[in-house]
Amino acid sequence: MSLRMRLQIWRQRDRTQAGRFEEHELTDLHPDMSFLEMLDHLNEQLVRAGEAVVEFDHDCREGICGQCGVVINGRAHGPLDHTTTCQLHLRSFADGDTLTIEPFRAAAFPVVCDLRVDRSALDRVMQAGAFISTPVGGAPEANSIPIPHALAESALDAAACIGCGACVASCMNASAVLFTGAKVTHLALLPQGRHEAPTRVRDMVRQMDTEGFGHCSMTGDCAVACPQAISLDVIGRLNWEYLQNGLLGG
Amino acid sequence: MPSAPDLAARLREARTPPGPLQDKWQHYKSTCRLVSAANRKKLTVIVVGTGLSGSAAAASLAELGYNVRSFCFQDSPRRAHSVAAQGGINAAKNYQNDGDSVFRMFYDTLKGGDFRAREADVYRLAECSGPLIDQAVAQGVPFAREYGGSLRNRSFGGVQVQRTFYARGQTGQQLMLGAYSALCRQIAAGKVVLHARHDVLDVVVVDGKARGIIARNLDTGAIERHSAHAVVLASGGYATLYYLSTMAAGCNATAVWRAHRRGAALACPSWTQFHPTSLPQAGPHQSKLTLMSESLRNDGRIWVPRRAGDDRPPHAIQDAERDYFLERRYPAFGNLVPRDIASRALRERIDAGHGVGPLRNAVYLDFRDAIAEHGTDTIRSRYGNLFRMYRQITGVDAYQQPMKISPAAHFSMGGLWVDYELMTTVDGLYAIGECNFSTHGANRLGANSLLQACVDGYFVLPVTLGRFMSEQIGTAPPSCNTPAFDHAETQVRARLQRLLDVGGHRTAREFHRELGGILWQHCGVSRERKGLEQAIDDIRALRDRFWTELRVPGAIQGVNSELERAGRVADFLELGELVARDALHREESCGAHFREEHQAPDGGALRNDEDFCHVSCWSFTGDDSPPAHHAESLRFDTVALQTRSYE
Repeated sequence: MSLRMRLQIWRQRDRTQAGRFEEHELTDLHPDMSFLEMLDHLNEQLVRAGEAVVEFDHDCREGICGQCGVVINGRAHGPLDHTTTCQLHLRSFADGDTLTIEPFRAAAFPVVCDLRVDRSALDRVMQAGAFISTPVGGAPEANSIPIPHALAESALDAAACIGCGACVASCMNASAVLFTGAKVTHLALLPQGRHEAPTRVRDMVRQMDTEGFGHCSMTGDCAVACPQAISLDVIGRLNWEYLQNGLLGG
Repeated sequence: MPSAPDLAARLREARTPPGPLQDKWQHYKSTCRLVSAANRKKLTVIVVGTGLSGSAAAASLAELGYNVRSFCFQDSPRRAHSVAAQGGINAAKNYQNDGDSVFRMFYDTLKGGDFRAREADVYRLAECSGPLIDQAVAQGVPFAREYGGSLRNRSFGGVQVQRTFYARGQTGQQLMLGAYSALCRQIAAGKVVLHARHDVLDVVVVDGKARGIIARNLDTGAIERHSAHAVVLASGGYATLYYLSTMAAGCNATAVWRAHRRGAALACPSWTQFHPTSLPQAGPHQSKLTLMSESLRNDGRIWVPRRAGDDRPPHAIQDAERDYFLERRYPAFGNLVPRDIASRALRERIDAGHGVGPLRNAVYLDFRDAIAEHGTDTIRSRYGNLFRMYRQITGVDAYQQPMKISPAAHFSMGGLWVDYELMTTVDGLYAIGECNFSTHGANRLGANSLLQACVDGYFVLPVTLGRFMSEQIGTAPPSCNTPAFDHAETQVRARLQRLLDVGGHRTAREFHRELGGILWQHCGVSRERKGLEQAIDDIRALRDRFWTELRVPGAIQGVNSELERAGRVADFLELGELVARDALHREESCGAHFREEHQAPDGGALRNDEDFCHVSCWSFTGDDSPPAHHAESLRFDTVALQTRSYE
């Protein structure tokens, strides 16, 4: 059984040049192919024709590294909830479908080439405070810090964020609060991370603003696109930490 | 490049400290040369790779005051393939009071590796395992906990104690985020300069010492020179050599292979772990194989139809017509035999024509009996996430019909030879984590890879680097404007241009696929002389065709992922031949290396301690001459060599 797809793909040589949609018709596809394997297949055809391949980000292809991500028919990571682009398969589409494929769009994610964007803004938000300042070699015995099961599980729920940026791409304000809130929550819930919680939330939010991410309107689109189903609760936690520390207007 | 006698002396000594096994690391730490804080800030280190070992090393060295330059090909350090490790990390904490100890963990690891690793290095790994858990917890790694708040453990293959710490099925990701957070802290402090999206294409050796790298900026195409007092490779495993593997698409051998060509010996490069419970290839389009946790073997029963070529659906095949071949061959361990033995048995049945699925390349992993015994709800509570993942990838409901699984290339035990200090055979060039050959011997135990990466990066390298660095005090920061850098950059540029100039009609992926097919066929789960000789010929012929039929569009300048891919495949085509040669040279079966000529009548592995109780080290002698073989003899002073049996 073979599938036919029409692809409208965003092509943009680099950020100084204007982009445009390019159309490709693929005929010999298989329902078990992953979405990225379809792009591989297209790229092999382009190489044989001596044309530049469609650049896209990807690495682990098992939904955990967070490197892949495109907008498919208007949705970050495509039509399935809580699924990375690499875990999407062609059986999720119908024979003859037209797929419009674009990069993650946000002011803080400038296009590098075609479907690749620069998400280093997320790294800089992390560098602003997403750590516990513990030196190597000086750690106390692990069981000297008891952490109840439920608390550890809640921290892990938040820590599961893979940093793909789909939350930003799906937000009408291109806000990164789900991403930032997840890390603030993970570290604030744990006793080891509590001590630096006030400065952490202040510095990370400040960096988020500096990078040009927008504010949150609580529409919840981010949590639907999120491959790890990070809960909107982390945004509540971020706001609570921020307010608790008297930072609003401070 | 060290001369042959120098190399032999270096391999023999391996810088193993004197004294009883239990005291060696303490002795080393107490007597090694140190570099003062005032001097450390005058010294620069390049770290290639930001997985667990690379991030841990970069952060720890920066914390000591060294100036660190960190490189990765991904767009963020956090994406390195350490994130994909599911199962856990071992540590001899003995929290379960079940008789665990550093010595027991040392012994399990050495035995699991079929006695093909250095005692001292393995002991140090076990010794550092407890403090590593302390370190990870202090960083905020949310390991599984008991209701009272203490850390929880589970058991893993090849051992009788519960020493595995885990964070759901995301242990690798959570440890990776811990190391990434430490790295972020040092980047913010200005002690680490991060170069993401950089491919390291050569190592620059000046007067016998590693002094820098040549890298390509993957966003601009610019060829860059970076110099340092020492270079650390943490570039990960290269099981992508087999094309289809559980590795990430970008995992490659380029830094390792380029270092090898500059004088770093490769040790046992053919020792690759094949994981038995991967999803099978579904078609020619397939780009990678996804691992299903081997915990599924606790309740799933593995079988194939008794009649070869039987293509009826599984439910139509009655019990009497099914061959539960692991239970039949290994009644004591059944479906829970270690990875290498399971992979081999699966491959044997598939090759004998009993494979199932459209490509006849898989076996069934069946939960029918477990569901009948425990109920669907219990099975869902144990494996719900895995069954969901299986459905997501294959579209099949494994509660209704058996899963199909097949072995896949998973982990490189082999890699750059390193001494006790983790230094390669090139002065000032270190290799840490999966890219080195060290503690795992011929077969790695589950949940030991994350441990080795962390221990190398956090605890070992920051100490052992001191000896070499203490000799660099007073040496000005190396300049990039030297003939050695000129020469290396010229070579890198020429090679990239050569890839672009072939002007053929086949894609790099086609060659990679073909190379993977050759190695999988002849140098995979089992190997034999004729096949390996064939593989060497086939790879050489494929390499010739690569350089006449390849097509790479675009230019060096600008983003060009096809050029990246072609360069990696070109290196795989050279490494692949060495891998086959290494497998051919070793006339024994040990761990994951199974030579069909060397098996007992019952199919068990026959080790040859008389002739092969050594590490095979290969040095590069030129493009047109065969590699030189050197042996590092393995001495076992503390334990007696035993036959590894799971009958």
